[in-house]
Amino acid sequence: MSVDFGSRRVVVGAHYGLRDWLSQRVTATLMALYTALLLAQLLFGGPLGYDRWAGIFSAQWMKVFTFVILLSLGWHAWVGMRDIWMDYVKPAALRLVLQVFTIVWLIGCMGWAIQVLWRL
Amino acid sequence: MPEMTKQRPGMMRLVDALQYRLPLAGVVSILHRASGLMMFVLLPLIIWFFDVSLTSEITYERFTSAFESGIGFVPGVLVKVLVLGLMWAFLHHFIAGVRHLWMDATHSVSKEFGRQSAVVTLALSVVLTLVLGAKLFGL
Repeated sequence: MSVDFGSRRVVVGAHYGLRDWLSQRVTATLMALYTALLLAQLLFGGPLGYDRWAGIFSAQWMKVFTFVILLSLGWHAWVGMRDIWMDYVKPAALRLVLQVFTIVWLIGCMGWAIQVLWRL
Repeated sequence: MPEMTKQRPGMMRLVDALQYRLPLAGVVSILHRASGLMMFVLLPLIIWFFDVSLTSEITYERFTSAFESGIGFVPGVLVKVLVLGLMWAFLHHFIAGVRHLWMDATHSVSKEFGRQSAVVTLALSVVLTLVLGAKLFGL
């Protein structure tokens, strides 16, 4: 059996790249659909003030959809930012710090947005 | 493998990369990254807008007045400039993303399509940013 660990480990294949490629496109498509839906609600329905703006997000189905979109955004941004760090930051220690920072930043932002959404 | 490794010219530095003229599709590609990074960095600002615009009518006033009287020590003009930047970033990222999805779905991977769709992406995102920007700045 050939050696496939240590410096010879296989880092490509096994659908490793396919998963990121596909999740990036699935989350992007969901966010694009959400954008169109939100835009349609904003453009049609009379003058926009606090009541109508808050009304859009207080519908339960819109809360659920927005929640899914927030998670999609977090995942999408994680894959994208990790690509940037992997391409431009070579020192492993600095890259790890930046990747951890990215996760903390994104989870923090998602938590804040979900709180705003669900106390409405 | 070792023979191949020997022939490699070594790490490409940014100064080397800048010697090449970037095709328009390449400009769209690097701006796709830049716009994504920009939205990642400014994500708390976007969520702050989401927060104050939704929480109550009183905080909604803070949202609308942010563009005139600013947020804390950040003047209103700078808030407008940041939002203008976010508008461009979103539009470019969105259109460049749809371009990717279109290419994947229809296998439109010719050199001409790459160039033409890059021109459309760059032009459309800038034009839409200017239109929305004119509204934002009250022109």
